[in-house]
Amino acid sequence: MTEIITFKPLFAVLASLAAGIMVSLSGGRPALREAWTFAGAAVKFAVIASMLPAVMTGAQLLTPGLTLFPGMELRFRVDALGLIFAGMASFLWILTSVYSVGYVRKLGEEKQTRFFACFALTLSAAAGLAFAANLFTAFIFYELITLATWPLVAHKETKEALSGGRIYLVYLLGTSVTFMLAAILISYNAAGTLDFRPGGIFGAMGPGHKVLLGAAFALFIAGTAKAAIMPFHSWLPAAMVAPTPVSALLHAVAVVKAGVFLILKVVLHVFGTDLLSELGFGLPLAWIAAFTILAASVMALRQDNLKLRLAYSTVSQLSYVVLGAALLSHSSIKGAIFHMAAHAFAKITLFFSAGAIYALERKTKVSELAGIGRRMPLTMTAFSICALSMIGTPPLAGFISKWYIGLGAVEAGQPVFLAVIGASALLNAAYFLPIIYQAFWGGGETAAVESPEKGPLAMLLVIPLLLTAGITLGLFFFPGLLLELAELAAKG
Amino acid sequence: MTEHFPALLVILPLLAAVLIPFSPAAVKRSAWHISFASAAASLALAARLAWETFALGKVSYWFGGWAPPWGIEYSIDPLGALLLLLTAFVTCAALSYSRAAAPAELAAERLPYFYSCMLLFTSGLTGIIITGDIFNLYVFIEIASLAGYALIAAGRRREALVASYNYLILGTIAATFILLGIGYLYMAAGTLNMADLRERLPQVYHTKTVLTGFAFLVVGLSIKTALFPLHIWLPDAYTHAPSPVSALLAATGTKVGIYAMIRVIFTVFKPEFNPSTVPMTVILAGLACAGIIYGALMALAQTNIKRLLAYSSVSQIGYIILGAAISNQTAMTGSLLHIINHALMKASLFMCAGIILMSTGAEKTGDLKGLGRRMPLTMAAFTAAACSLAGLPLTAGFISKWHLALGAVEAGLWLVVPVILAGSLLTAVYFWKIIEPAYFSPAGERRPVRPEAPAGMLAPAVLLAALGVALGLAAHFPALGAGRAAALLLGKP
Amino acid sequence: MIELIAGKYNYWIYICLMMIGFYAIIAKGNLIKKIIGINIFQSAVFLFYISISKVRGGTAPILWENAVLYDNPLPHVLILTAIVVSVSTTALALALVIRIRKEFGAMEEDRIAKLRSDGP
Repeated sequence: MTEIITFKPLFAVLASLAAGIMVSLSGGRPALREAWTFAGAAVKFAVIASMLPAVMTGAQLLTPGLTLFPGMELRFRVDALGLIFAGMASFLWILTSVYSVGYVRKLGEEKQTRFFACFALTLSAAAGLAFAANLFTAFIFYELITLATWPLVAHKETKEALSGGRIYLVYLLGTSVTFMLAAILISYNAAGTLDFRPGGIFGAMGPGHKVLLGAAFALFIAGTAKAAIMPFHSWLPAAMVAPTPVSALLHAVAVVKAGVFLILKVVLHVFGTDLLSELGFGLPLAWIAAFTILAASVMALRQDNLKLRLAYSTVSQLSYVVLGAALLSHSSIKGAIFHMAAHAFAKITLFFSAGAIYALERKTKVSELAGIGRRMPLTMTAFSICALSMIGTPPLAGFISKWYIGLGAVEAGQPVFLAVIGASALLNAAYFLPIIYQAFWGGGETAAVESPEKGPLAMLLVIPLLLTAGITLGLFFFPGLLLELAELAAKG
Repeated sequence: MTEHFPALLVILPLLAAVLIPFSPAAVKRSAWHISFASAAASLALAARLAWETFALGKVSYWFGGWAPPWGIEYSIDPLGALLLLLTAFVTCAALSYSRAAAPAELAAERLPYFYSCMLLFTSGLTGIIITGDIFNLYVFIEIASLAGYALIAAGRRREALVASYNYLILGTIAATFILLGIGYLYMAAGTLNMADLRERLPQVYHTKTVLTGFAFLVVGLSIKTALFPLHIWLPDAYTHAPSPVSALLAATGTKVGIYAMIRVIFTVFKPEFNPSTVPMTVILAGLACAGIIYGALMALAQTNIKRLLAYSSVSQIGYIILGAAISNQTAMTGSLLHIINHALMKASLFMCAGIILMSTGAEKTGDLKGLGRRMPLTMAAFTAAACSLAGLPLTAGFISKWHLALGAVEAGLWLVVPVILAGSLLTAVYFWKIIEPAYFSPAGERRPVRPEAPAGMLAPAVLLAALGVALGLAAHFPALGAGRAAALLLGKP
Repeated sequence: MIELIAGKYNYWIYICLMMIGFYAIIAKGNLIKKIIGINIFQSAVFLFYISISKVRGGTAPILWENAVLYDNPLPHVLILTAIVVSVSTTALALALVIRIRKEFGAMEEDRIAKLRSDGP
């Protein structure tokens, strides 16, 4: 494997950090603030995209390391998995920025400077996590994501927002400090290194220390509350007090995907699939994931608040990725990685739609959505496409990921998980299809009301969600690039 | 001249301390200048000595030219050098902070005596660090303690007097225990020089005399360091002392106590001394763990900011003792690093609390609403120091707690690891109680008299907090120094 | 048994004195009595030091031509220092009590506790 020394990953991290600093310096001037955000987003995406060709050839891009003290090194390394995560997050940041501008202006939100600055900081941390070359760097950026998103969750500063913020911190910081840090300590003590390595860091000593490594693995999983595996999922619904762009980019893409990304990293690059299957750690995790998939879907059914329903749907969908990783077969991991992206595009569309409905129509409840599809046809069409992708119907991206995860379950000799995927698809259908039906065909009123989807501000809301819905569709027909990257990542 | 630096380091502040109260009124008016000059000179001396110590490995000074074990020896090893530097530095910071803070909390005619006591306190601490004679250690402990009682009594509320009195009673019991312990060791080994004791004691390790002496010394020093459950004097004392005193005491007083404890356990005794009848490691580690959790929970329950910080000290002292109790290379390094980190951070936090008290009159955690916007620098320093104390990655606190936890893992003490991590989390939670209203609440009724405190108060607070973050980023240097000191303590080459 | 008591009587005396002092510190509510307790407590330790300096058949450690054996002078010197420390502590403690009495108008621990604004 060739290694290329470059500062590009660092630039990708710094681009949004610089944007965040500039945003906070240009407080009070909206146009300037947004200009910095767009500039940061564009530069960041360009830097990340420029690394694609090299990664596609199987090379790894490496920055020089900064050693804090012996054994602790800050360093970035770009591989296919990290590139997918960072690329996805930075691309969606551009769209979310467009959407946010429309959203906060439409609603006249206060403290927009802090809002945009924290957004940029979060993206910086997400890129840092994606490119982390070792567990230490990953841990730092993982925590930074939590801290940077907390002001966004508590943005409204109401009692409810603050208490949501507190739950958010307690869950994310609490689990990562107590469990993940302990897991890192055990790993460092056992392996003498924290570097992510394809095939794992434990080498030959692995199989002999079942109890120790079992504890470390369990602590890693418990410490990654961002992946929202039950019983560490409650923070995600609580975080829905945040403004919708935050829920969209962070709680459908950056934050939660940081969780599953780290689980994939731990499976692939800390323990290695071979060691995990030898020790038999995959199956228990797979069952936990399966339980989360089904239980969260049932909970989603009972939510009337649209954002909460989407949040529980996210909990459920994230566990698909965990399930794919836990099955430890080549196809399932490929499917898991693909699902990371597929779910991101679909779920962000759904949140964008929910936000657009709120911003333009002030509706937050599922029961109020009767007939909304006739007034907001563009939004609800996009919503429908992505809801179908969640269910896993072709010709949409969700079908491909579920196909591979299912294939992986068979490969792993655990066809029972096919039933879980099937049951979950039914449940997804049960909580999404009524919304779609009600939106287009429900409600008695037929009077032609003027569509709220008009005017420049509304367009800022609608165009991003149409784009992401288009990508969800497009990923089914042209999955080549993403699948190739997933293939590279799954190979290690 | 340079060879007399060790003696000068103790004598200089001592002389200045004696000079100030006995000088005419005109000189008294510039008491602060004299004190600061003396502290600054001490810092320079300490820096020079630390440099020399790290170059040579050990600096030894024979008082009056008498060779040990007959004469009194001053000896400085890397650990002592680190502590000397730390004490001198924090004293400088606390004094420069006092210039604006002390007149706000004390009557003008008392100020010269106040500065004199501060110098006396540092002189005592420096002596504790520097001396190689165990009876000398006792004398310096008492010099520092007496100055400390007087400083606490200078608090603006009358409760400060009671806090000081209670501390005095407990402190004197502790000192008498220490004296008694020294007597037993002298009985058994016939010498008072620490290095000599180290050589002679192993032949009598099995006797009850040595065990008794050891027990008295450890219990006495535990009171001085406020190790749980002997911490009861600390919360009151830190709450009611003037804020520069709280900063100085929290940063250096307890730390030097811990240093004396480490000296007794690892220099006077060898790590091999592990009495089978009394499982020292288990007891100390157990108490330290209990202290970590108890201090954090009590801090969580407090509404007075200074009292919260005081209980936080109880918790953090637990961390330091824990590392010494685990006593492998990694944990010891963590312990020494935490001595440095906690000193810098807690000094900064107490200074910030003092600034807030002076500018807004706010003493309770609930009074800080919206202060993040009104006093941005103070709250930024407070937040940075709090983050470091909680052990957030990229701060100094993370480095020390990482070493401590890793040391516990290496020693196979699995039960200790969750305590370390949970304590860290609780630290974050109780500081959160202060930081959240400061940044995420609309402004309360308490308006600062002026937007920010005078630069003289603000600068040391900010500098110390910044240092805490900087030491986390450039952790290589302190980790190396602490690692070397730890290796020497544990008797490794 | 007799050997244990009579042979080491100096230890018994110092232990008894120390406990008497300790009792006063803990049990007495009057701040002055506590200080007296502290003094007894410290004196016990001083006596302990002096008693261990005794060498059988030794004389006082003063240079004297007829002396064959001297007592150990070092503990004496040490205790001289310790007495100085003890006196300073007592002085400071008494000064504190005077101030407390002025501010609170009381010298009993429980009454002061009631007068405090912030509770124990």
